[in-house]
Amino acid sequence: MRQYKNKDNVQRQAYYSDRFFVGPQVPRYDIASDDIFSKDLAEFREKVNVLDAFIEHTHLVLWIEKDNLFKAAELLKTELEYDMLIELSAIDYLATKDGFELFYEFLSLSKHKRVRIKCFIQKEEKVESLTSLFKSANWSEREMYDMFGVKIVNHPNMKRIIMPDDWYDHPLRKTYPLQGDEAASWYEVDKIFGKDARDIIGPEQRDPAAIDRYDTTRFARLGHEVPFGMDVSQFEPETPISYEEESGNTLVKKLKPEESVVLKRRK
Amino acid sequence: MAQHKINYLQDSGTAVKLTAIDKLVNFGRSNSLWPMTYGLACCAIEMMATGASRYDFDRFGTIFRASPRQSDVLVIAGTLTKKHAEFMRRLYDQMPDPKWVISMGSCANTGGMFNTYATVQGADRVIPVDIYLPGCAPRPETLQYALMTLQKKIRSESIFRAHKKKRLV
Amino acid sequence: MQQPNRLKPFFENINFEREDNTMTVNFGPQHPSAHGQLRLVLELQGEEVVRSRPMIGYLHRGMEKMAENMIYNEFLPTTDRMDYIAATSNNYGYALAIEQLLGIEAPRRAEIIRTMLLELNRITSHLFWLATHALDVGAMSIFLYCFREREYAMDLIEAYCGARLTHSAVRIGGVPLDLPRDWCADVLSFLEVLEEQIGIYEGLLTENRIWKMRLENIGVITPEMAKSWGCSGIALRGSGIKWDLRKEMPYGLYPELEFDVPVSYTNDSYGRYKICMAEMRESSKILKQLVPMYFESKIELMAHAPNYISAPKEQIMTQNYSLMQHFVLVTQGMRPPVGEVYVATESPKGELGYYVVSDGNPYAYRLKMRTPSFQHTAILEEILVGLQLADVVTIIGNLNIVFGEIDR
Repeated sequence: MRQYKNKDNVQRQAYYSDRFFVGPQVPRYDIASDDIFSKDLAEFREKVNVLDAFIEHTHLVLWIEKDNLFKAAELLKTELEYDMLIELSAIDYLATKDGFELFYEFLSLSKHKRVRIKCFIQKEEKVESLTSLFKSANWSEREMYDMFGVKIVNHPNMKRIIMPDDWYDHPLRKTYPLQGDEAASWYEVDKIFGKDARDIIGPEQRDPAAIDRYDTTRFARLGHEVPFGMDVSQFEPETPISYEEESGNTLVKKLKPEESVVLKRRK
Repeated sequence: MAQHKINYLQDSGTAVKLTAIDKLVNFGRSNSLWPMTYGLACCAIEMMATGASRYDFDRFGTIFRASPRQSDVLVIAGTLTKKHAEFMRRLYDQMPDPKWVISMGSCANTGGMFNTYATVQGADRVIPVDIYLPGCAPRPETLQYALMTLQKKIRSESIFRAHKKKRLV
Repeated sequence: MQQPNRLKPFFENINFEREDNTMTVNFGPQHPSAHGQLRLVLELQGEEVVRSRPMIGYLHRGMEKMAENMIYNEFLPTTDRMDYIAATSNNYGYALAIEQLLGIEAPRRAEIIRTMLLELNRITSHLFWLATHALDVGAMSIFLYCFREREYAMDLIEAYCGARLTHSAVRIGGVPLDLPRDWCADVLSFLEVLEEQIGIYEGLLTENRIWKMRLENIGVITPEMAKSWGCSGIALRGSGIKWDLRKEMPYGLYPELEFDVPVSYTNDSYGRYKICMAEMRESSKILKQLVPMYFESKIELMAHAPNYISAPKEQIMTQNYSLMQHFVLVTQGMRPPVGEVYVATESPKGELGYYVVSDGNPYAYRLKMRTPSFQHTAILEEILVGLQLADVVTIIGNLNIVFGEIDR
């Protein structure tokens, strides 16, 4: 039988890990250390249930439940003056926690502070769209859907934005290989020429160390190419660089490499 | 890049003896190559710099035309993605014969550093390419040299039967 | 003869029979004024745009997924290709994000060199913006003039790191190379030429009747719209909101440098144009301040953090442990702390942020790059409505969008 390889995470894995190594953590601070954040958090807690809150590297990070997302964003925008939604996306934890962690970055221009809202959703759950509050969520949510498959409700135009409309599967998931699956590797051939051309064109050349032995590595030796089948193991015939064909052209002045001048300093 | 499957002796026949008419027509074709503005990514900036004043592209007789119907050369400058491949094929089909293709930069040659799901591994999977130009991004002098090499290639072909391109499609 | 293929004939974009009598025009992914690969499907009522749908994704190269498969140092040259006009600003943003994740600081000379490169990149980016914008609007000679200045700046960068366009001149923890001899003198002479030339461009364009007619009251972004759509950088400052990350949430050397932040209250494209020209002057002011600071700084180019960063080359070549650590760091990669950071810097286009999720592995678990051009293209859905077709080209040029950033 074939060996079973777990395809939950086809990303690169670290091939060595130290058994007793305990890594450090990005520093987290207590909320009480920052006045603005503690005030904001107190106001926030009155309206929305906060699962966890801490300050991680200059950001106030708030963990909430996914149903409170719209209310939280509204609260941040209207009352707490965090009026710019900078970024939103998802992090794929399908293999370990069977869900996605969504994060939303907010910036307050008046307070010069950033807040991050995080929530956890299961794979099939739907999230409310923030487009009615922040228009920047429009395209960012489309990108989140495109890359991860996170389902969003009440969005004005929920279509794929970065991949082609008929792409199969969601690329940034950990189960999607970096070099694309079967459908991806033949996408352009199928689209332009049809499935029959797969044999003519051949599979993609994905090996970065591939060498085509009969191909001359010297790109400009026109007319002196190495014929297919010639034995190149010993040496390759010497061919000079020339800018023009040997006989030259009657109407064009012939370029003589000996007459070229090397400038000492660029003009 | 495409696999090298061309047997130059068999496919192109013996070396063609160029007549005066061939030479005149090739002189005309090679010295007035009109590229299409086809800048996709970073190499487009270098192509624009080649067209600017220091590395003047105009002295080769090139005029950048926006429409494919009026251009001779397609300089693929930048990464070709799978979403875009269809449009590039369309543009190539719209160009009238005789046409040539210069694939500029690593991304257009072989997919470059982007060995990912969304990049076409080489523009020659989709269209036939005449000159491959390495670099990331290639210097403007390199693009000029590519154009000169293309001119040399054009001058060595007969007007009715062009050199067989490396990609069979 | 043409190889027959499955692509349909080319007329399917235009609908000739529609009830509401609008014409759908495909401002396709290949267009000389589209600044990259923007597909803008416009519905026109005569010459006026009724609806616009920008479509992106034609330059998506999967950079975020690449980041999950490459070690941190290995990914740095890939960030170059995002905003390929000002490549060091992306590199610096990434290096700063990882440095803040690690909790280290680059030494002073490295910061000075990085800031010099950043400001040079800002100048080249604005020159390029002016060149392409003027070319689109119709002032074609400005394209050639700006590229001439750009070539001098690129000569400087090439003298430093060897590459004109995609310079990975910055490393996590500092810079790998010191400035060549006479580089600072060359920068100062470049700045003299630049300031004179900016004066010439302003003289050509600022009071030009045609330029003003094409740019005033076109592409109006109100402050509320700008904040709602997440605009940053010049788009935000062009709407009267004085927000520049270098001043408001400073990083690196910016707290010590003196410069102004130009703002425009007219909300239109003309204001943004004026801001760009003023910003170039501010950048040259910053560069002039940095040159004496460089000569006073101690010669130290990379941070000292043996867990994460290799030793300098002299040590690697002579000390055994440095060599071993360097080997492990290059083959396996460093293991940063576990956690998440979001670090934003002010790139010439706006707020460029990197959100790094690390789980202790040598490669990121998730790297999201928040690019300014993404939202600036999204805003095209709203501002193009009601304008003429010629204004579409002006606005796309004016918003300073780069497609490497949008699609990543």
